[in-house]
Amino acid sequence: MNLEKSLRAANRKLLIPYVTGGVTANWTDYLTAYAQAGADAIEIGLPFSDPMIDGSTVQRASDVALERGTTVAKILAEVSTLDIGVPLAAMTYYNLVQRTSPDAFCRALAEAGVGGLIVPDVPLEEAAELEAAAKDNGVDLVLLAAPSTPPARLAEIAARSRGFIYAVSVMGITGERAALADTAGRLAADLKAATDRPVVLGIGISTAEHAVEASRHADGVVIGSSLMRRVLDGATPDEVRDWLATVRTALDQEFAHSLLA
Amino acid sequence: MTELSPLPRFEVATAMSEPSEAGRFGEYGGRFVPESLIPACAAVEAAFRSAWADPEFRRNLDRLLAVHAGRPTALTPSWRLSAELGINLLLKREDLAHTGSHKINNVLGQALLARRMGKTKLLAETGAGQHGVATATAAALLGLEATIFMGSRDIERQSLNVFRMKMLGAEVVPVDSGSRTLKDACTEALRNWVAQVDDAYYCVGSVMGPHPYPWMVREFQRVIGDEARRQVATELTTGVPDYVVACVGGGSNAAGTFAGFVDTSAQLIGVEAEGGAAVAFGRVGVMHGFRSLVLQDDEGQIGEAHSIAAGLDYPGIGPEHAHLNDSGRARYVYVNDDEVVAAVVRLARTEGIFAALESSHALAWIIRAAGTGELPQGANVLMTLSGRGDKDISALMEVL
Ligand SMILES: Cc1ncc(COP(=O)(O)O)c(C=O)c1O
Repeated sequence: MNLEKSLRAANRKLLIPYVTGGVTANWTDYLTAYAQAGADAIEIGLPFSDPMIDGSTVQRASDVALERGTTVAKILAEVSTLDIGVPLAAMTYYNLVQRTSPDAFCRALAEAGVGGLIVPDVPLEEAAELEAAAKDNGVDLVLLAAPSTPPARLAEIAARSRGFIYAVSVMGITGERAALADTAGRLAADLKAATDRPVVLGIGISTAEHAVEASRHADGVVIGSSLMRRVLDGATPDEVRDWLATVRTALDQEFAHSLLA
Repeated sequence: MTELSPLPRFEVATAMSEPSEAGRFGEYGGRFVPESLIPACAAVEAAFRSAWADPEFRRNLDRLLAVHAGRPTALTPSWRLSAELGINLLLKREDLAHTGSHKINNVLGQALLARRMGKTKLLAETGAGQHGVATATAAALLGLEATIFMGSRDIERQSLNVFRMKMLGAEVVPVDSGSRTLKDACTEALRNWVAQVDDAYYCVGSVMGPHPYPWMVREFQRVIGDEARRQVATELTTGVPDYVVACVGGGSNAAGTFAGFVDTSAQLIGVEAEGGAAVAFGRVGVMHGFRSLVLQDDEGQIGEAHSIAAGLDYPGIGPEHAHLNDSGRARYVYVNDDEVVAAVVRLARTEGIFAALESSHALAWIIRAAGTGELPQGANVLMTLSGRGDKDISALMEVL
């Protein structure tokens, strides 16, 4: 399923929950739960030993998954058997991508039905090879923009990103925050002015209130650590689904329709 | 020892010059960091380029290196050990630099740069604690704050240096993730830099990290090689040594040493720890912001290095070394912990010098190779003795 087309067709604020692949034996049940709660896409973390942009919660989830013997191949094999009707994007680090080759990696994603890829340690200047490999295999390479990104670079990121643009809400790493960062609204607004591609705010979006607040400026949100804390604490897929559904409801009540439509 | 074939001119002209605009040494290097850090890396690069071209910055740094760090460091002929080994071994004494290792050369340069950029705080990772101590020292000297990230396993192994850093006013943050050693401290320092780029300067401890760090740190360390080149010229009738040997963790003392001899006929030899030998056992990978040779499994998960020397417990190698290896200009070998401990003792008893475990890797290879085809009888050998061994006393008490 083409990621961007599908996001545009959603006609509501985008809710993109994250799960670390292999974090529990039944981890794919969380994918189903997310879909039932009204996710518009799902981000699947492919765990890496040295996750540079991740805070303690996602680090712990990655360590747990790796200790369980999780590999990229195993995650993709499990994903390829699913049919949950929601587009999937993989999030990982470049060492795993280049281990075989960017081309082989993207082909494996495409074959498993994963249509998007997010690699936070590949900035614009290092992206060319991966962009080409993603394009050749029909995978949308989602680029990240940060509060520190200067205007000319924002425009280039907006032009080269596929699927959506991942707007990093805060100068920092993944992890729950008490409040939405001041930097979030400004970055999303600048990106919206630069592109008509979906702009999604992520990192630090921890509550339904944050999601609503962020969606005043952006087309939607990624929620990661807040969900992974629950998963690590033993919340069942049904419990996680019920919490995520409250975020869905809050977004839908506040916003009658998407800005993208 | 003069029948070494001359190097091709091309190698001499290009080896160890500036990396490409993208920060590449051959296929290695680059700037693989999150978007949030790109402007910060670009700012460090711009500041370094302007500072390095500024005679006043160079004068200030040279003066600090002289009056604070005690440069130039001595070049010591090792008379008794040389006689035993049948070679002529000259030691470049970085153990005599203030704080006890070569790390101070780089740190004084970067701390001056941080101040020039208007930063108020230094962040650093450390393994053995030598880079942490040097950073804490420079911060105290220049009136900056210092936060040092250190794996909790290294904190146990290097308690003396932890105390030194705290004495100097630095905050030492234990890192409990992963292998709880140097690689995890690096990852944690990068994470923390993202959150405070406006005020903080990341003071990288070796020739690694995103561009411009591998190049900049080599330039700040080339004082080792430049001094040694002049000193060796007066010690040796041949003018240059046949072999130049240094230990390699990330590879900063080796890079600084090699930079002074890359345009000569000297054979350049980097010595890694067996359990952290990225050239012998690593594969091309991307970690801590750069592409290089990295210990990793078939999946691409980073391997854990193991060495009795905490400062060599690093699964990667600086990108320029990977390139020097590819081009054949330098050769990389490894030694094991037992050889290293024997080398520490031997140097202490023959020359009265107590070397760091890291530095003793270089010596261990020399002891093993001396008199063989790898290092023939009569060879003139320059070895960088990167640091002193006081920090290793408790580790040695456990094994001796
Ligand atoms: C004395 C000494 N030598 C060598 C090293 C290794 O670093 P590099 O390879 O960057 O010279 C260290 C690192 O802590 C050290 O303390």
